[in-house]
Order: sequence, then structure tokens, then C-alpha cells
Amino acid sequence: MEVTRTKLSGRSQEMRARGLKAQQMLRGELEGADLQEHVEKSLLLSRFEDAQNWARKNAIFPLGFGLACCAIEMITVIGSPRNDLARFGAEAIRFTPRQADLLILSGRVSTKMAPVIRRIYEQMLEPKWVISMGACASSAGMFNNYALVAGADKFLPIDVYVPGCPPRPEALMYGIMQLQDKIQGSPHQGWRERYRSAGTEEGLGESIPAPAYSGHGDDA
Amino acid sequence: MPDATGLELVAQRVRSAVNDDAVVDTLHAHGQATLQVAPASVHEVLSHLRDDDEEPYEFLASLHGCDYLPEEPRLGVHYQLLSMDRCERLNVKTRLTVEEPQLHSVVDLYPTAHAQEREVYDFFGVEFMGHPDLRRILMPEDYVGHPQRRDFPMGGEPVIFTFNEHELPRWYD
Repeated sequence: MEVTRTKLSGRSQEMRARGLKAQQMLRGELEGADLQEHVEKSLLLSRFEDAQNWARKNAIFPLGFGLACCAIEMITVIGSPRNDLARFGAEAIRFTPRQADLLILSGRVSTKMAPVIRRIYEQMLEPKWVISMGACASSAGMFNNYALVAGADKFLPIDVYVPGCPPRPEALMYGIMQLQDKIQGSPHQGWRERYRSAGTEEGLGESIPAPAYSGHGDDA
Repeated sequence: MPDATGLELVAQRVRSAVNDDAVVDTLHAHGQATLQVAPASVHEVLSHLRDDDEEPYEFLASLHGCDYLPEEPRLGVHYQLLSMDRCERLNVKTRLTVEEPQLHSVVDLYPTAHAQEREVYDFFGVEFMGHPDLRRILMPEDYVGHPQRRDFPMGGEPVIFTFNEHELPRWYD
């Protein structure tokens, strides 16, 4: 095998030059226009809320909580390498509501289970989000009778509804991605803000503050 | 399964052991033997069938309720007995009215009836006298009514499809 030595060129040369610049800056050798140029090139300016939301959306901790048959699909999403939730930083499944911040309602919500779910939701720490997965959790689905709550949004604020009976894992993945957009502050998904209904969440005693909303995109 | 003749023999033995009015009817269909008994003597009949009969049934496989609306008496309670030794099954049925839905509990004979009687109470409103802990088991404790009765409203919400959206305009308002 023939080994050849080539000069650094193009992008790699530029990277090397920036590395050297950073070294110089740390040593205090950069001054004046050079320092100005280096800072402008190497810093990314953002609002604190945006950075915070970016971190939040890439570190969702889902609650390991299944209600019915949709839970099988949910387990496929949160537990299988095929779907690989780690891509979204959401692979850390927590089995206690105290450490989780995403509740996936995977299945039908019976009238007897509703207060339990509400309690689990209350136990989760802010900021927290809820995905209503499948037809049953969203609207009682095929079980339109005395036993079920027709739509979990009667007792919980829901962020994303995933249709399907049950939804395919891909659909839930898409729902999680939509939730990420919402956490980042996409104005199209903040229905509470859209309808100016922040602070209307039901709660015991004092109302529960809505998840932090950056206001990003309001000007557009 | 006792055959039709065997069922008549069982009925005869029950009648002589308990009383003549205990067995209301016998039915043998689709290979299944059914003994219909008067509600007042259910406990005695099951006690006899478990302990004293010459062909005993020591196992209660299932206990469940039923609503036969519009027939009267409406409510039915079915006991499905099984003999593990002889591999024979026997159904014991009783019928109750909605006005007087009281029945003697069989928990003292068959402990497995504990949860199943609670279920029948929950869904059909049959009151089992002598049950140690007769509470609702599946519906919430404060639920009103017995939802598996046939005259109980279905509940739920009307669903708007394209074919009925004009019949139910804005029902949710």
C-alpha cells in the first residue's frame, strides 16, 4: 500500500486554522480584530428559552405506563432497537412519575382508571407532556359505552393526539417528533396558547401552570 | 356430562333431599345438562350436590349473571359445576325478579364465588345474602346502577359520521 503525504486543503485546513486560533485565544495571544472575528465565528447566540427547550426536547423521559393493547405498540417504540428512541434522547424510560415528563396514554381509559391517571399526572414534575395514543384514549374509540371516558382530554391537558387503532409504531414516533416541535415552541401546536386558554387546566385547589412556552414564532 | 336420564336422576335425588319445589325444570340440550332451581333453595341444592349426592360436584367452575329481558323473571344466575373425578359438568340455573333480587350466597360452599358474586352484584344488581364483602368489583365504588342490565342506557357519546351529521347537528353544544 502506497502512503502519500498531502497538504491540508479546503475545509480541513480551515478547521485546523480555527483550532490554532482557539489555542491562541486561550493563551491570551489574540487581540483586536482577530479576537473579534474569532468570537463572532465560534459563538452561537440564542435566547435562553430556546436553548432550554432544545435541551428539553432532546431529553424526554417517557413514563413506562401502558393501559391496553396500544401499549404493545408503545413498548415497541420505547423498547426496541428497530425504532430506537435514543435518536431523540428519549430512551430513558422511567417507571415512576416523579422522574418522568412524558405520559403516553396507550389504550382505553376506563372511568375507574381516570382518577388514577390524573393522580399520576399530578405527580409528574413540570414541565410535563401527554400524548394520547390511539382512538380509545382520544375518543373512547370502539368502546363507546358506560365503562370508558370518551376522550382523556376531559380530565387531562393533552399535547399530541396520535390516531390509529392501534397506531403503528411509526405513527407514535411521528407523534413524539411533533411533541418535540411543540416543546421547541412551534406555534402551530400550542393549542392552549392559540385559544388563549393557559391556566385553565383542572387541578386540586390552585391551578397547574402550563408547560413553559417560549413565545418563539409569535411574531411570524 | 350426565345424559338426559342421568339429569332426571339428579333432579329426583335433589327433590327428595331438599324439597319437591327445589327443582323447577330440567333441560338437556347440546350435550349440556341444566337444572333450573328455585331461588330460595339454591344454597341447599348446591350444598347437596357438593357434599351429599352420590355423584358429587366438588368444583364451581363459573358463576355468572344474565339478563333475559323481556322474559320474566328477568335476572338469571348460572352456576357451572364440575366433577374432576368423573369429568362431568352440570349447570344449575336460577331466575330472579328485578324487584326481589336476593339470593343466598354460596361463598361458604365454594370460596371461588367470592369475586364472582361481587361481579354479578356489580353488573346485574343481584344481592347475595351472607356474602362476606359484597361491594362493587369492576365499576367505581360510587357508580349508580347496574350497567349490564339490558334496560341500562348504553352510555357513551354519539359519534358523528357523514351519514348522521345532519340528524345530530352540534349535539355537543
